[in-house]
Amino acid sequence: MGRHVVAAVGEIAEGERKLVTLEGREIGVFNVKGEFYALLNKCPHSGAELCRGMVIGLAQSDEPGEYRLTRPGEFLRCPWHGWEFDIRTGQSWFDPKRVRTRAYKATIEPGSELMKGPYVAETFPVQVEENYVVVDV
Amino acid sequence: MNINVKPKSESRAQPEQKLSVVDCDIHPATKSASELFPFMAKRWQEHAVTYGSHVRQGLSEGLAHPRMTPDVARLDAWPEDGSTPGSDPEFMRKQHLDANGVELGILIPLGRSGSHQRNLDYGAALCSAVNDWQISKFCDFDKRFRASITVTQEDAPTAVAEINKRAKERRFVQVLLPPRSQEPLGRRRYWPIYEAAVANKLPIGLHLGGMGGHPSTGSGMPSYYIEEHTSMVQTMQALIASMVIEGVFEKFPELQIVLIEGGFTWEPALRWRLDKHWKRFKSEVPHLKRAPSEYVIEHFRFTTQPIDEPEDPRDMRHIVDWIGVERLMFSTDYPHWDYDDPRYALNHLGLSEAEKRKIFSGNAKGFYGLQ
Repeated sequence: MGRHVVAAVGEIAEGERKLVTLEGREIGVFNVKGEFYALLNKCPHSGAELCRGMVIGLAQSDEPGEYRLTRPGEFLRCPWHGWEFDIRTGQSWFDPKRVRTRAYKATIEPGSELMKGPYVAETFPVQVEENYVVVDV
Repeated sequence: MNINVKPKSESRAQPEQKLSVVDCDIHPATKSASELFPFMAKRWQEHAVTYGSHVRQGLSEGLAHPRMTPDVARLDAWPEDGSTPGSDPEFMRKQHLDANGVELGILIPLGRSGSHQRNLDYGAALCSAVNDWQISKFCDFDKRFRASITVTQEDAPTAVAEINKRAKERRFVQVLLPPRSQEPLGRRRYWPIYEAAVANKLPIGLHLGGMGGHPSTGSGMPSYYIEEHTSMVQTMQALIASMVIEGVFEKFPELQIVLIEGGFTWEPALRWRLDKHWKRFKSEVPHLKRAPSEYVIEHFRFTTQPIDEPEDPRDMRHIVDWIGVERLMFSTDYPHWDYDDPRYALNHLGLSEAEKRKIFSGNAKGFYGLQ
């Protein structure tokens, strides 16, 4: 259990992700519209590397023949069987209550704060004047 | 693009695949049409360049529906040089054979198939080239690969000649036919192919791959890919009924068939319906000496992918028991998007260790005579 500094804020652009290994777990850190979220890199269905999937929006419809794309950039589609997950929560779109992947807390912390600890950042150069993404595992 | 993350094929924190696996459905691909040219006479190379393919549908090199992902593939199955999934044997070996403990893998070539060509002679040249190419590109590269004989099914004499020519090469383990044919597969025009298969002690593998220009349902083309993918079930049901009722297995009692990628959970219900009707219509088909279900049980095997995932997994266990563990053979469909992973795909079936060994490898070894 620890708080890990995984990237400088500018390193992961909006719509992009960074894969990191924290305490033996592969985790994908996503920038969704300026906010950061972290998901376990493993689909609960068949173990595929979920966080390598496409970041997408949701196609929604109120009736046949009417379609709209909603919430672009907020969902992740598994690279194997295409199951869709809410990046913010790890919940699947087709069965949010029962099917989900593990989500971790990701926050932005100023470098000045990180200097104080207790963060795990031995291999990560932290500068006082920058902001960093921190993941709690 | 946000999917440009590097493919990674090394093992990661996953349950280990301890059982050895015989994968009955691996799709090899060409990087380009000209990859087959070394296996084709100059005359047909020029034909391919000048005239190309003519099949029953428009968009002759295309599919009637977009297939969910580019090239129907898992997004992580693209080799690092960006070439087609399935076209790099080295990458396939690393990502699939080695990573999943695949002891033997049976190639099911779908692209550039000669089976659906309207020009039968060009079709024969393509089939023959694809057969040579499997051996040269895959089987010679890794001894775990086994090949399938592709044939011009609408031109039986040519198909028979190709089967007879290839059967000596023991790395060919089956004759591969597309299940959507010009007429239902039990019709007598196809019998010479079955006769040649039996004479050479080869089973027939039937795998859906595109439509060959035939509508995917009995009432035509559906609107959505989800319908088209599901329609594999009705295609497989129709061909079982046709082959059984036409008397194919009375004529060729040694003929063995494996249905690949069509699922299997529907099989018991089909048998029940056939038997029910047979009791009433026995005099219409007096050439059938036994109940239809007996032919189905004796002559048809099924590969497991895409495995069904019902709400209550105990339902699957019942169905497996109704069909019989011995008739199921594991397959992944690598590198396609609907790939089944051996570490996860069958976990809900409630199989014993002995049953797992049968489905993952023993049944296929027995069926194909694999060492």
